[in-house]
Amino acid sequence: MEYKDYYKILGVDEKATQDEIKRAYRKLARKYHPDVSKEPDAEARFKEVGEAYEVLKDPEKREAYDQLGANWQAGQDFRPPPDWGAGGFDFGGGGFTSDDAAAYSDFFESLFGQRGRRAGGAAGGAGGFRMRGSDQRARIHIDLDDAYRGATKVITLGVEELGPDGRVRMKQRSLNVRIPKGVKEGQQIRLAGQGNPGMGGGEPGDLYLEIAFNPHPFYRVQGKDVYLTLPVAPWEAALGATVKVPTPDGPVDLRIPPNSKNGRKLRLKGRGIPAKQPGDFYVELEIALPPADDEKAKEVYRYMRDHLPFNPRAHLGV
Amino acid sequence: MANDLMKALSGALVDEADELSLGELCRSCGVHAEYIIELVEEGALAPRGRTLREWRFSHEQLARARRALRLQRDLRVNLAGASLALELLDEIERLRARLRRYDPWC
Repeated sequence: MEYKDYYKILGVDEKATQDEIKRAYRKLARKYHPDVSKEPDAEARFKEVGEAYEVLKDPEKREAYDQLGANWQAGQDFRPPPDWGAGGFDFGGGGFTSDDAAAYSDFFESLFGQRGRRAGGAAGGAGGFRMRGSDQRARIHIDLDDAYRGATKVITLGVEELGPDGRVRMKQRSLNVRIPKGVKEGQQIRLAGQGNPGMGGGEPGDLYLEIAFNPHPFYRVQGKDVYLTLPVAPWEAALGATVKVPTPDGPVDLRIPPNSKNGRKLRLKGRGIPAKQPGDFYVELEIALPPADDEKAKEVYRYMRDHLPFNPRAHLGV
Repeated sequence: MANDLMKALSGALVDEADELSLGELCRSCGVHAEYIIELVEEGALAPRGRTLREWRFSHEQLARARRALRLQRDLRVNLAGASLALELLDEIERLRARLRRYDPWC
């Protein structure tokens, strides 16, 4: 397993005071909280920071950790020293830590024991205590195309599992999940019985997968509606035209009405996400200027200048 | 585990029209009704219906309640602080959606 440098994770000095450690932790916890941060590895960072704080906030654990010595480097292959715990510390028995939210790393557990939640203890012996497992939630990232056509995605989750010693541990588990056609951002898929295991023979909870879309290079999604910014030539906007427009369903012909202004929104009804009540597809016109980089183009621009009474700044009063 | 990988699981799409009662919401979040009532009083949750008995929460509200709960637990903010954070996060999301027009990767 890897040695973890808890000081480095919190960005503090080894001589940092308890107050400095607390401040560093609180700041990083806010920064990486998965509900606040948009960074893709926020959850992992948040857990790491929590683990570092769990050790460094406690003077006894911190002293023990410090005694491991400065010989270790972050990421180095680590094995606890044979005399670990001989110096008057005793973390070996497990059940030492208080937090129940996070699963700690192997490194942490080799030093301070597993988190002490005895789930099976009560369930095993004493009088038929049954409890349904809790529901689990996870987010699944899909492409917009998947929402139009449906897809099958593999998702890897950390799940709680009851070990033979009656202790809850985290395990990796992969599921192959069908994404139905017509899902939209934030919508949830419920997989009955795929949540956390129950206790004492209770049934497992459900798994809820929340849909999130990967960003698309040119489509934007808002609820069931999909938006596209469509570049058009000035004469297409001015004179009207029929142009090819890409949609996630394949290209369609779109009629641009004459005298269209920049930013005009055109709606293709029912061509948004194909939900029960399908969303719409919106095209926003963006007039692209042809470059005046050869004599021919310059000539056309000069002709327009001399023949069109056009003042784009009229509304500015100049 | 190999078994799980071979066959694709089909779930039920949670219908937005499906709503939860106060009791169902509490059970799903693992909290007492008092906590949810406080969130409603704070304006962080807006159920349909007038009396406690008639209250119905959408799945979006359920996600919101869980978020508030996590913020309080992990960042030690109080209820008002969590509500403020939720509102600011909503605002950031709205702004991000507008910004995406210019930068799809924001």
